[in-house]
Formats: sequence, structure tokens, C-alpha cells
Amino acid sequence: MSAALLLDRVSYRYPGAATPALRDVDLRVAPGEFVVLAGGSGSGKSTLLRAASGLVPHFHGGEFTGRLESGGLDTRTHEPAQIAAVAGTLFQDPETQVVMGTVRAELAFPLENRGLGAAAVARGVEEAALALGIAPLLDRSTHALSGGELQRVALGAALAGRPRVALLDEPTSQLDPVAGDELLGVLRRLNEEWGTAVILAEHRLERCLSAADRVVALHDGAIVCDADPCGFLDWASVHAPELQTPGARLFSLAGRRPLPVSVKDARRTLAADDAGRLDLAMRGQGAREPSGRRRRRRARVEPALAFSSLWLEQKGGATVLRGVDLAVAAGERIALMGRNGAGKSTLLRVAAGLVDPTRGKVQRRGRVALLLQNPGDYTLRDRVGEELPAGALAAAGLEQLADRHPRDLSGGERQRLALAIVLHGERPAVVCLDEPTRGMDRRHKDALTALLNGLADDGTAVIVATHDAEFAAAFAARTVLLGDGRPVADAPTADVLAGGWYFATQTARILGGAALLPEDGAALLRREVVVA
Amino acid sequence: MIYERRASPLHAARAAVASAWCVVLAGVSLSFEHPLVLLALLAAVIAAAAGARVADRVLLALAFTLPFAVVISLINPIVMREGLTVIARFGTVPVLGELDVTAEATAYGGVLALRALVVIGCFALHSAAVDPDDLLRAFRRVSFRSALTAALATRMVPVLARDARRLHDAQRCLAGAPAPRRAVVRAVAAGALDRAVDVAATLEVRGYGAARRAPRGGGRPWSRHDLAFAASAVGLSLIGAAAYAGDWEAFEAYPTFSAPVDARLLGLSAVLALCALLPFADRRGVGR
Repeated sequence: MSAALLLDRVSYRYPGAATPALRDVDLRVAPGEFVVLAGGSGSGKSTLLRAASGLVPHFHGGEFTGRLESGGLDTRTHEPAQIAAVAGTLFQDPETQVVMGTVRAELAFPLENRGLGAAAVARGVEEAALALGIAPLLDRSTHALSGGELQRVALGAALAGRPRVALLDEPTSQLDPVAGDELLGVLRRLNEEWGTAVILAEHRLERCLSAADRVVALHDGAIVCDADPCGFLDWASVHAPELQTPGARLFSLAGRRPLPVSVKDARRTLAADDAGRLDLAMRGQGAREPSGRRRRRRARVEPALAFSSLWLEQKGGATVLRGVDLAVAAGERIALMGRNGAGKSTLLRVAAGLVDPTRGKVQRRGRVALLLQNPGDYTLRDRVGEELPAGALAAAGLEQLADRHPRDLSGGERQRLALAIVLHGERPAVVCLDEPTRGMDRRHKDALTALLNGLADDGTAVIVATHDAEFAAAFAARTVLLGDGRPVADAPTADVLAGGWYFATQTARILGGAALLPEDGAALLRREVVVA
Repeated sequence: MIYERRASPLHAARAAVASAWCVVLAGVSLSFEHPLVLLALLAAVIAAAAGARVADRVLLALAFTLPFAVVISLINPIVMREGLTVIARFGTVPVLGELDVTAEATAYGGVLALRALVVIGCFALHSAAVDPDDLLRAFRRVSFRSALTAALATRMVPVLARDARRLHDAQRCLAGAPAPRRAVVRAVAAGALDRAVDVAATLEVRGYGAARRAPRGGGRPWSRHDLAFAASAVGLSLIGAAAYAGDWEAFEAYPTFSAPVDARLLGLSAVLALCALLPFADRRGVGR
């Protein structure tokens, strides 16, 4: 049987680009293999997937050399629409990936395009809907779906024809941890039961590494590592620490081996090494705050932002917020977490005055600046220099980008620009950010954390709605967990993220909640060894 | 107006039949001029919208159309030189010349406005109750390229509308006055090409165009609602054609306005409304 995906010395340069996006890539993926693509932003993961789907070069143009076979079809002689019969593709942005009016029609669309009869289409739709858990959505209008629902529908459409290979570009970026885990479970099942080869590009490797047979790491368009997950973690600990999972980083810093692929591996290793001593010690530790944070006492000063008995009931629709009481002090760092649809984004919109509550009060002690999910929405002009005065650009460290078009910036640069635009003018009392780490690699996340810490240190309260427990643990002193439109937990981050199943960092899951971040966990492990 | 599947006989009928029924209803209104018949058809459209559980949307569309209907009714007496009963003399008006407004032209302006309301009501009902995906599928068999363009265009409308909403919200988050609306529109338009490329790429990777001839819908049996609406459309066409050919409504707008109401006209109005609404009586199997 031919390979599910075969790249033979493939190089590719986008039209007008100075450097190639792929360089001499050799890769063979066997039928039924589960391959994770790792690498920082701009490393070539998305381009490789687009090449495998035939969009590169047929759709995007540019210079392509080498040979690529997707599902046995040579992309030089087959168009993307033909390759679609053997390769299901899912991109990052779900809004542009749904082309029909209803979920049922969306799932039927690729099957009809293959010329299947009505009965085969109906069966394919039912099976894809059941496999993805979207059967209840079948008759819903696609215009009315949330980002997470859209992503699952788009994945259903990509897999409805039971392709030989699934090409997935960060399919969990829009999803909460629960939905993300569910989706990866589905992929694993499709991989194991249907034999579909899965090629998955992902930044949050801790989510998917345990499902992978192989990890292929890319840097500047070239493959720099192709190994099983254990081999990849060993390689990353030396050559690319920013690609390490939190669990592997914890073990590296603590000097433990082997580096764990999953939480289960890590716990097993620790249990064997320490023969139960560690577990007993950790129970005594309890949850602690992230390093470098002082627990802030809820001072009895006027808050920078306060919600009291806040309700938001949509006309003819759902109740989104239910009696929210929340006070935010100046300089506080808060993570707002919860499932998709729990009300996080809506609460931020109410805070910024974009949405009026139906009941309750919002008190603001100054301006509330809000950075929405898509930073590109803040740029309306053709040059970065036209978006902000020179002084403000320089203060944000963006003066060298003044002559660039905002669309040409990288994701991290665009976000810094958007944040600078939001912060420009009257100094805000509160800055809110909605899912700022979506699709971001660790280097950019660290830079964002530093930026937000700087704001908080200057007395600005910072509230971040996020699904990213690792980012929340690194940034926030306090975490508010929303469930069904109201806070179900509001406590120091160390308490909230240490005790959860889903809303917990990988380090917390490994260490039973004794620490949230690899650095703190490693210190704890080293201390235990010394004590022992 | 966005289609949303609701539990109604019209939604349950196949798109081609439901679409044909709406078009026939609009066509019948174009073949009559008697205000009573048009009022009966307007009432039928509103009742049908209620039967299809989209009355709110259709009434909203009619409310938006009302100002245009008023404009139509005002323009007709100004531009028409017919009618014997002069109700106002404006003398010589530049461009228009001698302007005498007649009662007949004014009344006929009202008839035209009423007809416009019926036609708009039919198409609002079409938008709210006929599945565009099904319709697109039917068209794809007729013309591949037109359907591709339509698919791209129909998908781009909500994508760009969402982009505009997001950009507008983002502007409201800034200190000071938000950017003018034209700047937002310009940014959305500038991004439209990128968005169109994204949507077109999705169409490609979903295999659009791989099978040059789309499969026939074949095999899907005709439901009771398919049959009922098809029969209603045929009935409406026949009644309309017969009434038109036999001049059953005996309506004259000029030189003097004559719209007699007799038993035959009352019967015609009732039969037309009944024929349009009968398919809504059977609500078995309207869900999915």
C-alpha cells in the first residue's frame, strides 16, 4: 500500500517571498500513522499541510520543487478538489471553513462533490455527525454556531468522506480544554478504528503527544527532528526547549529521566523513583501560588472594576450571565476561565461597555480597554505608522515596523500593535484580553506574559479570558472559573488550577496539585530528593 | 434574512417545490389588479408566513417595504396622465409639464403599492423558508459556474457582515472617538479579497468541482408536503390563468376607476387564498 503522505525533497516559496517556506523536506507517513507537527510560529507547519492538500502550489502559486503524494495522488498532476477525495483538511479559522447554511448541508457537501448518491450521502452525514458528537446540531444554521461548534462541524466536513489522511492545522485552538480533549479523543478513535492517518499541527503539544506515533519538528521550513514522542522530547530538551511540554520541562529541570510523554508516564516514573514518599510529601504541601507572585489580600479600597448582581438575558435567547458579583482591584492579574459558552467573552464585553446588562450594575473607576480575539480587527489603515503616533509606536517597541502593512505582520507583532492601539490615549484602569494566546507559540506567550505583568505592576488591572491553563498559571494571581454564566470558583490561581481535572496545568496533574508551573514543580522535586 | 429550519410544512417541502410555490404566488399577484384579490393574496402570504412560523420575519420585511409602497403610490398620480376625475391641479411644473392629479391615478398607485407588498412578502417568505443549500444543489446541476459563484457569494455575505461587526466593536473599545463608519467599511472591503481566498480554498479542499456533474437528488421520495405544495402551485397557476383569460375580476383603473365586488370576485379571492393555504393544514412530519 502506498504511503498516506510522501514528500520527496519538497521545497516551496510563496509568490514574492524572499525565503522559502519549505526547504528540502523529506517525509513519509505510513497509512494509519498519527503524526504531530511541532515548531514555532512561521516554522512551516501550515505550509506543509497546505502542500499536502494540494493548495500549494495550485491555489497559492509560487515556486514548488520536489514530489508530493497525498493519499497516493501526486499533487503536481492532481488538483486540490481531486485530492480532497483522499485527504480531509482543516484550517485554523473556522469561520471561513463552513460554506453551507446548515450543518447537515455542510457535512453532505464534500460527499456530494465526490458524486456519491443520495443514500450514501445521507449515511455519510449521519456517521460523521455521530463520530464527532454533532448530531444534535445537524439542523442548526451554521450562522448560529459558536467558534468551537463551527470547528467541530468543519472537522466533520473534512472527515465525512473517510479520507485516507486527515490534515489538521491547530484544530483545538478555538476549543476549551474539555472540548479539545474530546476532539483529540475522536481523532484517536478515527485513527485507530478507521486507520485514517492523522497529521496534526499543534502548539500545545501536551494535549496531543500521548496520541502520537511520531513527532516531526520544523524550523525555518526544514525538518529538524523526526522521532517518536520520547525521542522528540529528548531532542527538544537539548535543541528546542521552547517546544518542550510542561511535563518534560518539569522532568528536565528536576534532572529526572525518562522525559514523560503523558501525565500517566510522569506519575508512573515518579512513583517508581520515590516509592510513594513524594505522594505523601505532596499531600502535605497543598496548593501554592506561582513563583514570584505575592498573594494579594482583597483590600477594602474602591475596586477598579466591579460587577454586582449582573444578569444578561438575550431577547428570545439564552441567559448568558446569571447574577455575577465580582470586584477587581487595581493592579490585579486575573484569569477568566470556563467552557466555550460559559460567558467569558460576554463578561469582558460588558466590562468594556460593548454590551449592556439586562440587570445589575457595572462600576468602572476609569477606562476599560478590551483586546478582542482577533487583533487584526484594530488595524484599519495601510501602514503601521498610520495607526499610532510615532511616540506610541516607539513605546511599544514597534517603530521599526512603521512602514509595513498591518496584514503583513506576524501574529505576535500584530497582537503587540493591537494592544498598543487599545492602550493609546487615556490610560485604562483595566485591560481585558479575550483569548490572546490562541495559536501562539511559547516564545510569544512568554513575551505577552512579561508585557501584561508590566501593565499590572504599573497599577492597571489585567483580566484575561483564556482556555490556556499554562498561560493562566504563569500570569494570573487570581482565577475566576465561570460555569453557566456565573463564577463557580474565584480564588488564587494556585488553588483553582491545582485541584481541577480539566482546568489544571500539566504540572499540577503530575504532582497532584502541589505546583502549577514546571519551575516550581522541579524545585519541589529537587527538595524532596534532598530531604530524602 | 437568514434561512433557519423550522417545523413547518413549507420548510419540510423540498426546496425546488417550495421555491416554485413562492414564485407562483408572487406571479399570481402580478396577474391581478383588483384590490380585494390583492388584499386576499396579502392576507394569504401573511397567514402562510404564520403557518411556516416565520411571520415575524415576513412582517418585518413588509414593514421595511411600507415606505417604498407609499412612494410608489405617490409617484403614480404624478407621472400618470390618465383618469377623468381631477382632484388637484398644480399647473405647469418643470420637467413634468402640466400636472393634474386624478383620483383614478391615485387609486391605481395604491393598487401598485399593494401588489409590491404581496410580491415582497412572497420573496421574504422564500428567503425565510426555502433552504438555500438545497436550492443551490438543484442549480448546480443546471450551471456549475453560476452555482460556484453563488456559493462563494452567499458564504461571503455572513463572513463579511461578521467582520464588519467585529471591526466596529473593536473601534468602540478605543479611547476617544471611534473611526468613522466609512473607514470600517473600507477595511472590510480591503479584507474581502483575503476572506474570499480563504473561503475559495475551503471550497477547493471540500472537493468542489471534483465531480463535474453533481449527483441527482434522485432517490428521495416525494413527501406529502412536496406533493401538497406542488399541487397548490399548479392550482394557483391554473386559477390565475383562467381568471386572467376570462377577465373574472372586471377591474378598470382608467378612465374611471371601477372595482366591482360581486359573488364571483369574492369566490375567486377565497379560492386563491384557500388554495395557497391548504398545504399548511397538514402538519404531520414537519420536523426533522
